[in-house]
This record gives sequence, C-alpha cells and structure tokens, in this order.
Amino acid sequence: MATRLPTRVAPEHTARIRGLSRAFGDRTVLDRLDLDIERGEFVALLGRSGSGKSTLLRALAGLDRDTTGELAVDGTVAVAFQEPRLLPWKRVIDNVALGLPPGGRERARDALREVGLTARADAWPLTLSGGEAQRASLARALVREPGLLLLDEPFSALDALTRITMHRLVLDLWDHHARDTSVLLVTHDVDEALLLADRVLVLGEGRIAHESRIEAERPRRITDLTALRDRLLGELGVEEGTR
Amino acid sequence: MSSPALDLGAARQAARTRARVPRATGLQRLISPIVLLLLWQAASSSGLLPERLIAAPVKIAGTAVDLTADGTLPNAIGVSLQRVVEGFVIGAVAAVVLALAAGLSRVGENAIDPPMQMLRALPFYGLIPLFILWFGIGETPKVALVALGVAFPLYLNTYAGIRGVDGGLIEAGRTLRLGRTALIRHVILPGALPQTLVGLRQSLGVAWLALIVAEQVNADAGLGYMINDAREFMRTDVIVVGLVVYSALGLITDAVVRLIERRALAWRRAFQPA
Ligand SMILES: Nc1ncnc2c1ncn2[C@@H]1O[C@H](COP(=O)(O)OP(=O)(O)OP(=O)(O)O)[C@@H](O)[C@H]1O
Ligand SMILES: [Mg+2]
Repeated sequence: MATRLPTRVAPEHTARIRGLSRAFGDRTVLDRLDLDIERGEFVALLGRSGSGKSTLLRALAGLDRDTTGELAVDGTVAVAFQEPRLLPWKRVIDNVALGLPPGGRERARDALREVGLTARADAWPLTLSGGEAQRASLARALVREPGLLLLDEPFSALDALTRITMHRLVLDLWDHHARDTSVLLVTHDVDEALLLADRVLVLGEGRIAHESRIEAERPRRITDLTALRDRLLGELGVEEGTR
Repeated sequence: MSSPALDLGAARQAARTRARVPRATGLQRLISPIVLLLLWQAASSSGLLPERLIAAPVKIAGTAVDLTADGTLPNAIGVSLQRVVEGFVIGAVAAVVLALAAGLSRVGENAIDPPMQMLRALPFYGLIPLFILWFGIGETPKVALVALGVAFPLYLNTYAGIRGVDGGLIEAGRTLRLGRTALIRHVILPGALPQTLVGLRQSLGVAWLALIVAEQVNADAGLGYMINDAREFMRTDVIVVGLVVYSALGLITDAVVRLIERRALAWRRAFQPA
C-alpha cells in the first residue's frame, strides 16, 4: 500500500508521487510513476483508453489500497467522477452538504450558487439534466475546499455546448478560489486539455510519458495551439490529420 | 425475486399500458361485480345454490352485522390481529438484524447467509407438526409460524438490497470522508430500502397466509377458530364472512405498505411518468 505522508510534500506542492505502481493480476498498469503537482496548478492528464488514468486518479483519491510506492497529498482531496454519482435519495442540497460539519448547508447553498444551481437546490437528483447533475457533483466537490480537485472525465457525457459552458465554469471556479486548489483533470479530449491546463501530461507505459507546459493566457483559442496539439496527438499515437 | 430496477420497469410499463386504455370510471368498474352478486343472490333464492354449499349474499351480510353486533367478529379479529402483529414484529426484527449482520460484514455473511439460503427451501408449513410438538397448541406455534414466514422474504430482500447498493455511490461516499456509520446511514441503508420494501410487502402477504394455515390446524379463538367452528355447524355464511375479513385485512396491510413506499421512495417517483 502506498504511504500517505503529508509531511513529505514540499510546501510548493499539493501532491507528490514517487515510484507508484499498480498491477491487476500480471498486468502492470502503473509502473513506478513519478509526479508532482504544484499548489494551485491545473494539470490535465491525457492517455489512451486503458492507459491507467482512472487508476492513478483513484490512487490519489485514496480509493485504491493495492498500490505500491509513495504517494502524499497535502490537504483534502475531492473527486468529481465521470458519472455524477449523486445519492438519488437525497435532495441536491443535501448531496452537496453530505459529510460537512454542522452548518454545512449554508456553505452548500453558496456552492450551488457558484455553479448556478440555486433554483434546483431542493430537487431530487433524478430530475436533473446531465449538465445540472454534473454541476451539482462539482459543487459537492468544491464545497470541501479541496487542496486537490480530481476530475475524471466529468464532461465527456455532455453535449458540446454544455461542455463549453462547463469549461468556463471550472476555470471561473478555479480563479475564484484564488487558485489554492490544484486540479487534476483526466480527459481524452486534447482540445479540452489545451484550453484549460497549465500543464498537460500524457500517460503511457504506466508512467508520465510526456509533459508540456502551456503558458498562453486564458481564455485560449485552440487555433493558437495547433503545434502543441499535433505533438500531443502524436504522443497519443494518433497520426497528424487523422483527427 | 424482483430487483428494484425491474420493479421500476414493470411499474413504468404498467403506467404506460394503463394510460393507453381509456380509463373506466369507478362506477363502470362496479357494474360487473354487482351483476355477479345479483346472479349469486338469484341462484340462492331460487334454490339453485343450496345454503350448505354457500349462503346467499344477503344472508352473509346479515350474518356479518349480527357477528359484529354480538362482538364475535371484533373479538376474533382482535385475537388474529394480535397473532399477526406479534409474529410479524418478531420475524421482521430478526430478519432485519440478520440481514444487516450478513450484509455489512464478511464474517456475518459467512455465518448467516449459507444457513438462511438453505432454510429458505424448507416448506415451512410442513413444520407445523414439529411446532406443535415443541410449542404445544397455544399461541406460540401460530406466532412462530407467522414469524418464520415473515422472516425469510424480508431477510432475503434486505440482504440482496444491501449487497446490491451501487459501488460507485459507496466510493463517492468514501471520497466525501464519510465514516463507516455515516456511510451505512446515508448510502447503504437508503440504497437497500427499495428492495427491503419489496420484501416487506411479500412478507406481509406471507404473514396472513401463515396465520390462516396455523389457525386451520388448531385454534380456540380468532378468525380461524370462527371459521372452523362454523364448518361443524355448516354455517357457510359465517365461513364467507371470515374469508372476506381475511382478505380485507390483507388488502389493508398492502395499502399501508404502499403508503410507506410512496413516502419513503418519493425520490424515485421522479422516474415514473405521471
Ligand atoms: N478493478 C480492476 N480489475 C482489473 N483490471 C482493472 C481494474 N481496474 C482497471 N483495470 C485495468 O487497468 C487498465 C487501466 O484502467 P483505467 O480505468 O485506469 O484506464 P483509463 O486510462 O482510465 O481508461 P479510459 O480512458 O478508458 O477511462 C485497464 O486495462 C483496465 O482494464
Ligand atoms: Mg478512465
């Protein structure tokens, strides 16, 4: 099991991973992976399907006890999954407030306001649209004021228009929280990574196979980043022009 | 055994089918039962249907009034109801405790579930001779039979409900830093509730059936006794009154469970087309 020692994270870092491995049977998915995430950094994690992105994220979330190596996170970790995973028997506001100390409902209301869901606070989750449910899930993660926010393809099930809105929302929220929160966004969408992240990682062969920093000011236009886009697609094994 | 998801599908299907057929008014739906009753009455009055086979509806109604007025019927209902309630409470508490123990811990699962799965195959009405040997012929064997009948469907459904809770939701609960108790309270138990209520409904049906069987075997009070006593004097009217009361009680308990379901599963109503 990976050791979780907050003391070993350098002050400028939120997370530090050294030699993290995870195998399922004789299939090694993560192979002595090293990664540091800076405080307030927005990291996007790309990788082919089955490359181990979710596995890495689950290890960071503390959901996987069968990893080996060193893993330390400073501060709370919050997760928004691909499916919103709201408890259907709790109203939206109670989903957001779940697990908060007493008085959490007020903070939950604030979080719902931030994601523009005030009107749906007392709704049952099953009545929400896909985008609304995803925003509720985001509010539930944000209200915990996490040091590290893990997003596992939270936008992939949304239509293109809603996805753009969600990108803006995530950037706004991250700005708004004075960038104390580091974000690790798992995605298979290269454009999404380019538009949002400070740093883009490509997972391959169980390690960080490639990383690029993106200094461009936000909001970005994808047409300004075509060179990097082609390189990342190459890293992902997609020939230029086939996308 | 139906899963909550299947149940839901069935409910949706039913709602859709119902919607397609133009709804008969309450009055229209009463016509055929009334016609049948009239035919029955006519057959009885004309002597076509002798009273030793079955009494006439009017006579039955009169008997029901008499039995109520002289206290026989309320008394019998009271005695039978007490047996069902006692048996139900004992069986339900045992079932839920066992299901929680088996559903929430590995040790509990290994200790409790195998014997329960084996015992469920037992035709438990066949236990009556043993129960009489063990408990005599008083209240105990009747209450025990009801308790046993209640316990199995409720245990099996509650256990399956707990085990069937979406693992993704449990993970989400973990990432929200819910402790074990909070996880059970906010995620596992509510997640198991729909299936548990299916079990509750089944077990209440079984409870009345178990009572009827137990009261047929031997009883010196209660509805079953009233019916058996009536048989000796060929009072078919009393027998029918007893049967009607049994079914009315069954319908009432079913309505109560439906009410509980409506309130406890309000979040699920969102699924169903109005
Ligand atoms: N519980 C498990 N048991 C066995 N194998 C698993 C398990 N979880 C993941 N794997 C395997 O590990 C590999 C990596 O899975 P992971 O879910 O991390 O991929 P991913 O990069 O998130 O892929 P995707 O983009 O499709 O979501 C896959 O080959 C998967 O089959
Ligand atoms: Mg994945």
